[in-house]
Amino acid sequence: MNTTATLGTDNMAMAAVKKPTEGTDVSPFELAAEHATVGSFEVENAKMSIKNVNVYYGDKQAIFDVSVDIGKNEVIAMIGPSGCGKSTFLRALNRMNDTVDGCRVEGDIRMDGQDLYSPKLDVVELRARVGMVFQKPNPFPKSIYDNVAYGPKIHGLADTRVDLDEIVERSLRRASLWDEVKDRLYQAGTGLSGGQQQRLCIARAIAVSPEVILMDEPCSALDPIATARIEELIEELSQNFTIAIVTHSMQQAARVSQRTAYFHLGQLIEVNPTEQVFTMPEHALTESYITGRFG
Amino acid sequence: MSNSSKNLKKIQDSLVWRYRAEKAFRWCGIVAVTLGLLAVLALFLDIIFKGKGAFSATYMQLEVTYDQELLEIDNFADQKQLIVADWGALYKSALRAEFPDVRKRADKRKLYALVSNGAGYDLRERLLANPRLLGQSESVWLLADDDIDTYFKGWLDGDPYTARLVDNQVEWLQQLITTQRMELRFNANFFNRGDSREPEQAGIRGAMIGSMLTLVLTLILSFPIGIAAAIYLEEFAPKNRWTEFIEVNINNLAAVPSIIFGLLGLAIFINFFHIPRSIPVIGGLVLAVMTLPTIIITSRAAITSVPPSIREAALGMGASRNQMVLHHVLPLALPGMLTGAIIGMARALGETAPLLMIGMVAFIADIPGGFTDPATVLPVQIFLWADSPERAFIEKTSAAIMVLLSFLILMNISAVWLRKRLERRW
Ligand SMILES: Nc1ncnc2c1ncn2[C@@H]1O[C@H](COP(=O)(O)OP(=O)(O)O)[C@@H](O)[C@H]1O
Ligand SMILES: [Mg+2]
Repeated sequence: MNTTATLGTDNMAMAAVKKPTEGTDVSPFELAAEHATVGSFEVENAKMSIKNVNVYYGDKQAIFDVSVDIGKNEVIAMIGPSGCGKSTFLRALNRMNDTVDGCRVEGDIRMDGQDLYSPKLDVVELRARVGMVFQKPNPFPKSIYDNVAYGPKIHGLADTRVDLDEIVERSLRRASLWDEVKDRLYQAGTGLSGGQQQRLCIARAIAVSPEVILMDEPCSALDPIATARIEELIEELSQNFTIAIVTHSMQQAARVSQRTAYFHLGQLIEVNPTEQVFTMPEHALTESYITGRFG
Repeated sequence: MSNSSKNLKKIQDSLVWRYRAEKAFRWCGIVAVTLGLLAVLALFLDIIFKGKGAFSATYMQLEVTYDQELLEIDNFADQKQLIVADWGALYKSALRAEFPDVRKRADKRKLYALVSNGAGYDLRERLLANPRLLGQSESVWLLADDDIDTYFKGWLDGDPYTARLVDNQVEWLQQLITTQRMELRFNANFFNRGDSREPEQAGIRGAMIGSMLTLVLTLILSFPIGIAAAIYLEEFAPKNRWTEFIEVNINNLAAVPSIIFGLLGLAIFINFFHIPRSIPVIGGLVLAVMTLPTIIITSRAAITSVPPSIREAALGMGASRNQMVLHHVLPLALPGMLTGAIIGMARALGETAPLLMIGMVAFIADIPGGFTDPATVLPVQIFLWADSPERAFIEKTSAAIMVLLSFLILMNISAVWLRKRLERRW
């Protein structure tokens, strides 16, 4: 596996896609013993580079030998049947798995060449650089302002109240929430609608100017209109941030991402440009999934 | 009949039974609640009925002469004179003047027994407050003896209790009553004085202050330690055999009979650390140890009820564990913790058994002035009075129960209020 896909300066331009290697007769319910990810899982100009990662919950292995790169300012979507380890994998990227008792991560995860699991690395700093948006909107039971200001405050990013106000406004604007909440900044964040709450969580995450934003099914609790707004937002954010988004909606993956990774029972089956995954998937399992044979 | 209409028939038949069962169940509930309420009502009525008398005391009006020769005082600045003076002689001579026919020694003693033997000190206070009265006379309402008090209250209700009086005394009293010189007044002594062997002079101030000092100490010791322990166990402790062992034992401790904590206090705090007995410090220590498990358990429950999504949000923002706890978990858990603490305090306030073991059951007439003064507490005071033979202590006992219950109710109401007030308003 040393084929490399190049991600040009224009990140929509995908080239040198690896040719299919596997036969098409794989049962979707069995793990391939000799498993290997197909597709363009390596990129030049990688923001994050994941190599041979295994994740265990106690004795149970949830992620098997996953290797993939995440390009700079790229939106990469992760799809797959539920329970296949998408969340687990995503949470390995900002070490949120550290907070789960009995969870163990093996392998090599690097951001800009820096080993994220090195003992020298500070998780607090890492999580300031790799933000996260969760499945269920989880604003703090505080005011809208305090929600957004929390990150800058604990990381000491604002020297004065004016700075802080500015960060809050800018973050809310970038999360396209400002106009809706500018008159009620000091009211409860939990009083907003579900979609607004999720955008508030996004504003909260980008307030510390992270380099990467991880999103774990950010729209699964939202109605279609709220979902559409978030998707628009993701598109805008992708100009400045690197985004890894887990989704169970293939349409969503198709709409927002440049590359799509398909997970199956803890293995990364295929990574390819989104268009290709949905039109001519390389792997039989991927094809079964996107044609709705299981999921 | 088609299949579906047969089913419908069955459902309709079963509905009758279902509704009947539901109704029966509802009635069971109503009966149970009514019985409970009736029992509480009966208890309260009984206590109020028995204890209401303690809030008033019988006074009699006498013409008192502050006779300089009788007192042997010529200089108010001389403390010694004030101490040596026979203040009781004042009301005694007033009684003799009121009933000049009484001549025999034994009769005189019965006559003097009409007035509380503490009345002399009341007169002393009056004179010291207004020294110009020396050598003058004034008409004063004097506190009556407890037997007279019992008699008079009974007489007012049409059923005077005379078993502890001789005929002469009843005659004298009737004379005072007909001239309208006996009346019931608000019993301020009950709230202003410490315990006394004389029921008419006994008050609960001492026990109230003792309870307050003890509880303050209990709270200061158990609340921070309990919360810290709960936070550590819930948020920081590794989940291993040791913490499991500690957890099980905290739950066990919460179920240990309170008298065991008294024995523990006796063995450790008194016998080993030589802390003096009978003082609020030792009471507070023992009650703190007793309350700790309750506070730890309720605090842990409050902490676990904070949604995990909030923790994840905080950690995901790059908050350290400490910051997560301080900024997010603690504010959300605090109402629950406070409620637990107040309920623990209410339990400590009503606790008697462990305090018996550490000497807080002594007779203490003085009102404690600090944490190291000998003291008793409200429930122990109730126990002491209930144990006293004098009839007049019956109403004192019930009145003290009323005071204790009002404090308990007050604490429970404040717990509910706090919870409502601090609950997530977001
Ligand atoms: N905290 C946990 N403890 C033990 N097993 C877990 C835990 N979280 C997830 N798993 C297991 O790991 C596997 C992957 O889960 P997850 O990453 O949540 O899947 P997905 O997000 O793709 O639905 C599942 O089999 C799940 O049961
Ligand atoms: Mg998931």
